[in-house]
Amino acid sequence: MVDLSVSLAGVTLKNPIIPASGTFGYGREFAEIYDLNILGSFSWKGTTRDPRPGNSQPRIAETAAGMLNAVGLQNPGMEAVLREEVPNIAKLFRGPVIANVCGFSLEEYAENCARLNDAEQVRILEVNISCPNVHAGGKNFGSDPQSAAAVTRAVRAAAKKPVFMKLSPNVTDIAEIAKACEAEGADGLCLINTLLGMRIDLNTRRPLLANRTGGLSGPAVFPVAVRMVWDVYEAVGEKIPIIGCGGVSSAEDAAEMMLAGASAVEVGAASLRDPWACKKIIEDLPAVCERLGVSKISELTGGAHHGA
Amino acid sequence: MRQCTFILERRRVKQLTHDTWELVLMALNSQDAAAVNAPGQFVNIALPGKFLRRPISVCDWGKYHLTLLVKEAGEGTKELVRLPPETELDVLAGLGNGFDFAPETMGPAPVLVGGGIGIAPLYGLAKRMLENGQSPRAVLGFRSKADSFYLEEFTALGLPLTVATEDGSLGTKGFVTDVLKELPDCYVLACGPTPMLKAVHGLPNVTGGQFSFEARMACGFGACVGCTIQMADGPKRVCKDGPVFRKEEILW
Repeated sequence: MVDLSVSLAGVTLKNPIIPASGTFGYGREFAEIYDLNILGSFSWKGTTRDPRPGNSQPRIAETAAGMLNAVGLQNPGMEAVLREEVPNIAKLFRGPVIANVCGFSLEEYAENCARLNDAEQVRILEVNISCPNVHAGGKNFGSDPQSAAAVTRAVRAAAKKPVFMKLSPNVTDIAEIAKACEAEGADGLCLINTLLGMRIDLNTRRPLLANRTGGLSGPAVFPVAVRMVWDVYEAVGEKIPIIGCGGVSSAEDAAEMMLAGASAVEVGAASLRDPWACKKIIEDLPAVCERLGVSKISELTGGAHHGA
Repeated sequence: MRQCTFILERRRVKQLTHDTWELVLMALNSQDAAAVNAPGQFVNIALPGKFLRRPISVCDWGKYHLTLLVKEAGEGTKELVRLPPETELDVLAGLGNGFDFAPETMGPAPVLVGGGIGIAPLYGLAKRMLENGQSPRAVLGFRSKADSFYLEEFTALGLPLTVATEDGSLGTKGFVTDVLKELPDCYVLACGPTPMLKAVHGLPNVTGGQFSFEARMACGFGACVGCTIQMADGPKRVCKDGPVFRKEEILW
């Protein structure tokens, strides 16, 4: 019997598989597809203070081995989430929930995190720092160590729960950002968010997405994510846990992400092509662990750094 | 929604026009075809070598089959209509709300309005309305006679049918709206390109109706919100809240 349980900053998940933010809503749609209680956790849709309608159509484009999305942080806003989604999640899922939180200013990040202090089922805050900073010319908070550190400081002061900063891969040195977040008290990190990309329609000679650019996800980004998890584990892996995210489509991919340094693994785009992807991965994990000769899946974390 | 396996039978792939095909997908068991439960729903088909599934409206269905009309719009649909014989397809079926054709919703004179590939779900809808003892009429528009398809099939159902072509090579010259505006006040069930939907929606004698939209989608079952459009009471997902929306809720 393989022990699939993992620990994230003191929060125990019964297995390391977490549907990634933005591919799972607030659980309603997938609850019609399978029993959510098989999951280690899930990360809900990035939530801002105010409701956001998101970007114009089209928001989705196909790429080789993946997809671009430019949904534009569409969400009903924190108040509606607390009023309608949080009570509903309690009916659908008994495990710990990860709340993905966004903001356009330091104050908004702090306020959004503080409002979740009393939401019992929310056990981890996943702070998306890929949002543009409206006070600094729209540059993403996650694009330099100083801004990432400032968000970490602000949310750490406001939140009573473990704070995981979700890092953008659209940077020169993700390890520097990781160190800056750790130094300000981040309890963990989640990486990677999507890679910025673009497709152009040959017929119209215009970008395919109304927003022009979108975030690349799917199997295409998996090796990039593994490399970045590796780098971040080298930098801060002994101090704080990492949730690995990006292109994971199978139990083998999940094990590979853990060997690179992840303590738990988020699965995103795979669930959009195959709604049962997380269920299949969880079912396949014990056999993969047996093949790798581990009786506790948590033994895989960082394993690639210590081998011969 | 149900994950189904359908077999695409080569001998039942029929080219209808230079870019439009009829595909018949055979189900291995009756539950799979029964996953479709209303005209206007769609299926989302996984294709080899493509990450995203392709959402295709269901034209008609029986106990063991689905009929799809597919227009080659890009790489995915081009590949779909040319798959090798007896390909097994991984299909999510029973997606979307479909048309509500209860008589009390529509009043006595419902008109099915289709443009181009948008006529596909109207065939299955017309068939079921006629089986129900309702008397719809159909107004179908195409670019030209050469682009028209499925007219024999619609005619065989036995409903009043008017065709419009932009160049006048078949039926009335002009758009479906040129035919519709001459009719008495009516309730429409429409599917076609967005400019057509908008023009039909704006006709003074169209007193009510349902309009089926299309959008680029990732999941097709409401999770990714990639296909969201703004409606009178907020953002709506074309895949899950639609694809059919009521006249009163639509914003252009």
